[in-house]
Amino acid sequence: MTDRILINPVTRIEGHAKVSIHLDGAGGVRTAQFHVAEFRGFEKLCEGRPFAEMPGLMSRICGICPVSHVLASAKAGDAILGVRIPVAAERQRRLMNYAQALQSHALSYFHLSAPDLLLGMDADPARRHLFGLAELDADFVRRGIRLRQFGQRVIEILGGKRIHPTWTVPGGVLKVVTTAERDEIAGWLPEAHATVRLALDRFRAILDGFRDEAAHIGNFSSLHMGLVNEAGELDLYDGRLRIVDGEGNVVADGLDPRRYHTFLAEATEPWSYMKFPYYKPMGYPAGMFRVGPLARLNVVKAMGTPLADRELREFRQRRGVVRNESFLYHQARLVEMLHCVERIEELLGEPELYSGQVRVNAGQNAREGIGYSEAPRGTLFHHYEVDDDGLIVRANLLIATAQNNLAINRAVEQTARRYVDNGRLREGMLNRVEAAVRCYDPCLSCSTHALGQMPFVVELFDDQGNLLDRAQRR
Amino acid sequence: MSVNTLSIDGKMVTGTTGETVFDVAWNNGVRIPRLCHVGGVSDVGACRLCLVEVEGQSRLVASCRTAVQEGMVVRTDTPRLQAHRRLIVELLFAERNHVCAVCVQNGNCELQDLAASLGVDHVRLRYRYPKLPVDTSHERFGIDHNRCVLCTRCIRVCDEVEGAHTWDLRGRGTHALLIADFGDPWGQSESCTSCGKCVQVCPTGALFTKGKSVAEMQKDRRFLKYIVTAREKHEWIR
Repeated sequence: MTDRILINPVTRIEGHAKVSIHLDGAGGVRTAQFHVAEFRGFEKLCEGRPFAEMPGLMSRICGICPVSHVLASAKAGDAILGVRIPVAAERQRRLMNYAQALQSHALSYFHLSAPDLLLGMDADPARRHLFGLAELDADFVRRGIRLRQFGQRVIEILGGKRIHPTWTVPGGVLKVVTTAERDEIAGWLPEAHATVRLALDRFRAILDGFRDEAAHIGNFSSLHMGLVNEAGELDLYDGRLRIVDGEGNVVADGLDPRRYHTFLAEATEPWSYMKFPYYKPMGYPAGMFRVGPLARLNVVKAMGTPLADRELREFRQRRGVVRNESFLYHQARLVEMLHCVERIEELLGEPELYSGQVRVNAGQNAREGIGYSEAPRGTLFHHYEVDDDGLIVRANLLIATAQNNLAINRAVEQTARRYVDNGRLREGMLNRVEAAVRCYDPCLSCSTHALGQMPFVVELFDDQGNLLDRAQRR
Repeated sequence: MSVNTLSIDGKMVTGTTGETVFDVAWNNGVRIPRLCHVGGVSDVGACRLCLVEVEGQSRLVASCRTAVQEGMVVRTDTPRLQAHRRLIVELLFAERNHVCAVCVQNGNCELQDLAASLGVDHVRLRYRYPKLPVDTSHERFGIDHNRCVLCTRCIRVCDEVEGAHTWDLRGRGTHALLIADFGDPWGQSESCTSCGKCVQVCPTGALFTKGKSVAEMQKDRRFLKYIVTAREKHEWIR
């Protein structure tokens, strides 16, 4: 007899998804699937719009990382104009991208994942949330919220709004940073440093307690992909792609992100609205690769900033250069937050940031433009084709969360195998399956281009579709 | 030229024969809402937002097309008028695809300002979502019919001030569409002088400068006052 367990929805992630676990006759796990239950169709609604409007339109994909979409879109626009943007504009875009990564990672870590990590995966779900955590350690929660506020404030200072800033346009950005704005940003830095260090110390202290989860929540070998600069260091804004395998061997290096279609392809499955990108030379599904904080730490030679590099060395000392445990996405996110704070500090000290011209003007000089950047969840590609009048004919958005789709499915299946016990629904199992998904901090609204709200339901079906067991949480 | 005395919202005001109720009201600080009116070109009464009540008449009249008369009693802001104006704005939103959040004119739009001032916080009508084209064939400017409210300001300024009459309307009712020449792509228009006056008088983001991003478009109508004053009074002053 084959049974099916359904977790619907997966909570504390950005977007709507459900998990179904199919059991074999003996009550063991046959397979598990992570379904993305939302569809948005942004690629279609771009068609016919002027390319200059795209950053503003694309920012609406997501309220959590609009900046990533704005940047990738503006870079695609730069390519259609055929221009190199002024150095001050490039520095500002980098500055906002660091602020964006910082606020998004802070949201993922403090708001969404810290309740699991600090209260324990088996804590009462009625208390296992940000407010429950605040009862235990109000200062820690307040610091986390403030850290995110810092990132959002930098975005607001540069772009005029915290959410959906439209300050980046094809050809540069719209305004110059003032010294007063620099001073305000600089004023936040000591607290941000202290908060990230505190979070890192807390994570290291609890890591050993999660040895079982680290080993069984999505611990598998896969390719890892991320952007690196010429020195092989982490670069969130530009650079070339490097792919390493699960043992740390470089599979491909110096890949031009603008030629992504030559080495990445997308498969579809009937049971999910999210596509399944894979590394073309290895085929589907063997070409599974991961992106995002863990993948980036795995591909870089170094972070490029002193404190984050010290953390990276320690991260690697524990077990090799490449870490395959999805659970360590959390730690990787913290290391990246430290890197972001360091980079923001560096950028504020660079005179180029304030060097006058921030926008170049040009007419349309190309029929195609590809923009890319490292979004908080991984590499993001925006690919536009325009007609002679600059109207979008075709848009292709390759979103970071989608690139992790194969890996998320794999992590869910592995977790279910470990924690499903004779086909019985146990609270601990559900939590761990959800936690496996949460490692990737998936942003489904971005990756499917969500509507509706679903209660948390887990259903167990036999092969005839008969409901055997059901648990519900709201 | 005789002077007429009339009452607007209880205020005694005067206007010369031939002046419109709209102009006299504005000259006396009564801000009647408007969308198709723009100072410097003729009025056509297209938008109906400047409707007012005139005592003794059961019909509402467009103040921009109504001449002042001695002893007239005009009311510009009654609950009935407010309800009509609100509905007109809702109809405009429902008729085409106005998405402020991603519009070049966001924050600088007369339609958006009107909606805010009339308290239009939602639209009670079903949106039509028509499929309308965007024409960016002109070298410098573009027109997005999704955002056009058919006020015809562009048609009048092109005809009366520039003298080109590139723009006109095709079709009627919901099928009406702004066209350049005989429906050619704007970039192929033989009459267009690329002066950009139409873009500057457009109240929404329908006519825009190419390359402008969301909320970046701002219109400047001071040029129109400058040209009209120069032509009528031979005074070249800003």
